[in-house]
Amino acid sequence: MIEVKKLVKRFGMKAILRGLDFSVQPGEFVALLGPNGAGKTTFLRILASLSRPSLGSVKVAGYSLPNESAKVRARLGVVSHMPLLYPDLTAEENLLFYSRMYGIVDQQERITEVLGMVGLEARRRDLVRTFSRGMQQRLAIGRAVLHDPEVVLFDEPYTGLDQDASEMLDEVLRSVAAKGRTVVMTSHDLARAEELATRFDVLSRGVITASGTREDFKNSNLLDFYKKALEM
Amino acid sequence: MKQPTPSFLKATLAIASKDLAAEFRSRELLSAMLVFSMLVILIFNFALELDVKVRQSVTAGVLWTTFAFAGTLGLNRSMAVEKDRGCMDGLLLAPVDRAAIFFGKAISNLTFMLVVEAIVIPLYALLYNETRIFQLEFLGVLLLGSIGYISVGTLLSTMTVQTRTRDVLLPILLFPVAVPVLLASVKASGGIITGAEFAEILTPLNLLIVYDVIFLAVSYMVFDAVVEE
Repeated sequence: MIEVKKLVKRFGMKAILRGLDFSVQPGEFVALLGPNGAGKTTFLRILASLSRPSLGSVKVAGYSLPNESAKVRARLGVVSHMPLLYPDLTAEENLLFYSRMYGIVDQQERITEVLGMVGLEARRRDLVRTFSRGMQQRLAIGRAVLHDPEVVLFDEPYTGLDQDASEMLDEVLRSVAAKGRTVVMTSHDLARAEELATRFDVLSRGVITASGTREDFKNSNLLDFYKKALEM
Repeated sequence: MKQPTPSFLKATLAIASKDLAAEFRSRELLSAMLVFSMLVILIFNFALELDVKVRQSVTAGVLWTTFAFAGTLGLNRSMAVEKDRGCMDGLLLAPVDRAAIFFGKAISNLTFMLVVEAIVIPLYALLYNETRIFQLEFLGVLLLGSIGYISVGTLLSTMTVQTRTRDVLLPILLFPVAVPVLLASVKASGGIITGAEFAEILTPLNLLIVYDVIFLAVSYMVFDAVVEE
């Protein structure tokens, strides 16, 4: 579903990604871990066609980036720590706007379905600026899956959420993944990542230094796996 | 899985109507532009001792100066709304030709500028006792000048909004580039107010149309490159 080979991204003389190889099978939930500045957000922005790779090949859902970026974007949902929502529009108006941008046919039906999924049906006519951070993040997930994408990218979705909001987000993330979608999520919250993801990749100094599943941990846990990967 | 395909026109109109709906609710951008324009008109009114002849010669300049500065305020705010909450990424993630984003934003920016002009023109007429600015030809020039100014302004504000000094940078970049549009607009609208022959205003009018076409075409072609990292 995602295939990345020898990906290099430079900003001026500074190389952020240095020949990164990465692949994800359909239906996998991959947690992309790594310290601050490792290049996780840059990598996700390239997968989302928001940033152009300097070198290397990137394929998402069978389409190459950047040449077929519109086709990739039609099959992709993105949630970042920013909600990407308009505060002066209601939840329904925000979703209606994005459904028009994605050319969704049965807009009202789909909006009702998505608002129900993220538990915001009762607040559909409220302005987004009146929402708590957790509610905004849930609506952001609704926006990202509105067009029923095959691949969903989450960039630090738990940033700024309290415990209750994080638990609610866990449920929404599970329901997103349960539909068979391919998910890539960056996070510093190892406990949550361990609970949700099926595979764990560690990105450090611009390359993937380790990749493993729960079975690979044996008697240890994700924290030990992560620490070892950073020492490599 | 078959993915829906949004049309260019629908995406353009969706962006424009979203901006209008948000502004109708918050009124942040329009009120700032309007208050600023009214203050400028009032300051000019007190600063210039105007007899009938002088008034005819400065009206076009005063009005275009006011609209250019007020337009810059609107352009900055309009793009800042997209940038500050990451909404620009939301627009860029949509599977549409990215030029639709440019045209959507340009249509909403143009609407805001025309609303301000529609309020400021009667105010100016009242303060300066100048009724020739209600001529259809004058309003036509106003529309053409606004289209040129907004098209290049929307493109440049998309670039400057990425920077920390966006409020300062936009006018510094925009005014030199928009000089041909502003000069042609002042010349053409000044000619109409003074009752000049049509042949006299034809040259600035043609220039204005040519610049509008060039600015729109260039913005259409380079917008994708401007928004990409």
